[in-house]
Amino acid sequence: MRRTVAALLRKELLVELRTLESVPGMSLFAVTTFVVFHFALSRNTVEGDLGAGILWVTLLFAAILGVNRLFVADAEEGGFDGFLLAPVDRTALLVAKALTLLAYLLVLELIAVPAFALLLLGPPIGQALPELLGVLALGDLGVAAIGTLVAALAVRTRARDLLGPLLGLPLLVPVVIGGARATSPLFALSHPTAPAARWLLTLGLYDLVFGLIAYALFDFLLED
Amino acid sequence: MTALEVEGLARHYGEREALSGVSLSLDAGQTLAVFGPNGAGKTTLLRVLATLLRPHAGSVRVLGSTLPEQSWSVRGRIGLLGHEPLLYRELTARENLRFHARLHGVDEHRVDELLEAVAVSGRSREPLRTLSRGMVQRIAVARAVLHDPELLLLDEPYSNLDPAAVELVSPLIGAASGRTRVICSHDPAGGLAEADVVLGLRAGRPVLLSGASGVGGAEIAELYR
Repeated sequence: MRRTVAALLRKELLVELRTLESVPGMSLFAVTTFVVFHFALSRNTVEGDLGAGILWVTLLFAAILGVNRLFVADAEEGGFDGFLLAPVDRTALLVAKALTLLAYLLVLELIAVPAFALLLLGPPIGQALPELLGVLALGDLGVAAIGTLVAALAVRTRARDLLGPLLGLPLLVPVVIGGARATSPLFALSHPTAPAARWLLTLGLYDLVFGLIAYALFDFLLED
Repeated sequence: MTALEVEGLARHYGEREALSGVSLSLDAGQTLAVFGPNGAGKTTLLRVLATLLRPHAGSVRVLGSTLPEQSWSVRGRIGLLGHEPLLYRELTARENLRFHARLHGVDEHRVDELLEAVAVSGRSREPLRTLSRGMVQRIAVARAVLHDPELLLLDEPYSNLDPAAVELVSPLIGAASGRTRVICSHDPAGGLAEADVVLGLRAGRPVLLSGASGVGGAEIAELYR
């Protein structure tokens, strides 16, 4: 299966590099949203709960843009059929798509987090960065698992642009809650503290549950 | 050995019946030509045989395996050339074929061999979106036979191809390939010339099933009236 995942992942990244249809849009959306918040809140900086909430909600909506595009090339260019005709484990497609989405999210965060720190965040991010990266990684795993599942479900429907966010957003709310709560202490104006273990556990558990659900359901989504 | 055994096959899309009561048998190495007007069910039949659609009634055995239960065992033994080339427009011919070679566990030397065979080597590093339809169709032929399938399912395989290109791909998908073939065609003369068995469909129902020697162009033309 590793060989198949590698082939699929390579193809995904090549297509994205050539089309630039997902990551630039996601990143631009995130940065634009921070600019809008900067002016709409009538304040120069945010911290604590508000800062964490803005970061996670923005990342969530930016991620949805990537989720919506995840299977489009396959659906429009017959890639699904090409894959289904091959004698390979179909779980490889789930893994490759989740890794692709994960890669998109990493690039998004490489751009969005510094932009957030520059445009909105009050307290300096430097010290809290290792913990923040850990929380983001946990959140990304959940978004990748749920996003891949939802994208596979939506792409074969006529209303895929609507169905993706409609199904994805409610399922991703716990990721945003867990992520924001875990991030909030890192953005405290005075004495930043480590994220509460229970929110990290919540995120980890949610990732695990949806990883297993995606694994169990994915084959059926590809079936006629 | 029997390559295809279909008995009472039915398939519908919602309320609409796409195929009904289709029965046929085809020996290994033989060619079945399927004729019928647009919407007759030809593509649906190919997709069922390719394991991409489930039959809703009847029994289907492909290369000795019952569908859909044993679909996994025939995937990789079937080559499908449909209306869509099943290739990514942003990737080059070489990248597309390498991708499929990896999925099928085929040695990458085969990619070069096929690019030569369909005369695309010179433009194999250009994205597909920059190539003509005929060229893309030739690459799609290469993709369909990349893994040396026993059964070829061909939906109007020569569309977009000029006579020289038809000659070029004939050793791969023509009678000379020695493979069992199912060809959907709108060309009575060409289809009959290649066929051992002829199936005529109209509105999803079989109206003609015969050895090719017993069928004339007039009977095929009647299907389209």
